[in-house]
Amino acid sequence: MGKRNNHGRWYIAIALLFAGQTASWAADGVSAHRWSWEPLANDGLHDPSNPALSELQQPGEAFAGFPNDFPKIGNQVDWVRALESGVILPRTNIFPDTSIDVLDLDIIMEQTSQMPMVRFPHRAHTQWLDCVNCHDELFKKKAGANPVNMFAILSGEFCGRCHGAVAFPLTECRRCHSEPRKNFTGEFGAQKNKGRIFPPVMEMKDLGINQ
Amino acid sequence: MRANITHIWCHLGLVLTLGAMALPAQAEYGDVVLNKYAEKNGMRPVIYPHWFHRIRFRCKVCHGELGFKMRAGSNDITMGKIVDGQYCGMCHNGEIAWNVEFCDRCHSGLPGLKTKIHGGHSTGGPGGW
Repeated sequence: MGKRNNHGRWYIAIALLFAGQTASWAADGVSAHRWSWEPLANDGLHDPSNPALSELQQPGEAFAGFPNDFPKIGNQVDWVRALESGVILPRTNIFPDTSIDVLDLDIIMEQTSQMPMVRFPHRAHTQWLDCVNCHDELFKKKAGANPVNMFAILSGEFCGRCHGAVAFPLTECRRCHSEPRKNFTGEFGAQKNKGRIFPPVMEMKDLGINQ
Repeated sequence: MRANITHIWCHLGLVLTLGAMALPAQAEYGDVVLNKYAEKNGMRPVIYPHWFHRIRFRCKVCHGELGFKMRAGSNDITMGKIVDGQYCGMCHNGEIAWNVEFCDRCHSGLPGLKTKIHGGHSTGGPGGW
């Protein structure tokens, strides 16, 4: 009996230790959480017995020196800033005659109920994507002509085709819902001026723009 | 009575601890498994890491120039087409990237994985298709 009780104390101690550690992570937030990327052999996808596994690049190695996103958000790197700052130089085309189109045009989507309005930056998107990736299969080329709503997005349509899969996840509400309604005096839809330059995602939180 | 309570705590502690240790390993965000044909033909499933490729190529290269549809499982990719220079074979030809002789670099997944986007946040979207 005494022996079992001793074991019980150990289990409780371990459980409390774990609970305490979790609480301290939650309390300290980002500062206590170092960025780390799962080695391929432990990611639940790669076969550790594959002889070629050691020939593949590890995410932790590839992402060294990248501007960070918050821990556990997407790939934990700020892809847009990595591209704009020249940390990476991904190729734009394979075929020499492919037209490379970047469009600097913000769209204000005002039908967002109680949430701040959405400012969609074409520039950040067209630096990565081509027009045909979204137009016209996912979006008609006319502001207000697309029945975008969060239910559809969460089901993988419209923005949800990429956001939630390869682009920053749908938990980051205020990265898209970034335009306060009460301060906005311009017209909705396509904006006349150049697109807004967004700060790095890690700084958006400090500015109160992020969640 | 007291012994019983201790006993309950003991099990609760064990469950909590093991539960914490058994948290599933996290695939990298955007990792796609392709297994429509691989395992049926005696090969490991293919793991396509978006992160690795987008360091080197913008989305528009594969999803524009090469014609990959932006929906996991909707591209009918076979080794025959790759050897012919379609899909992955546009680059994986020994000129831009490693050629098709390095089977295990792409066919690197655990047996039984389903074709879909594995890494990422769980929504009803692409990760759940």
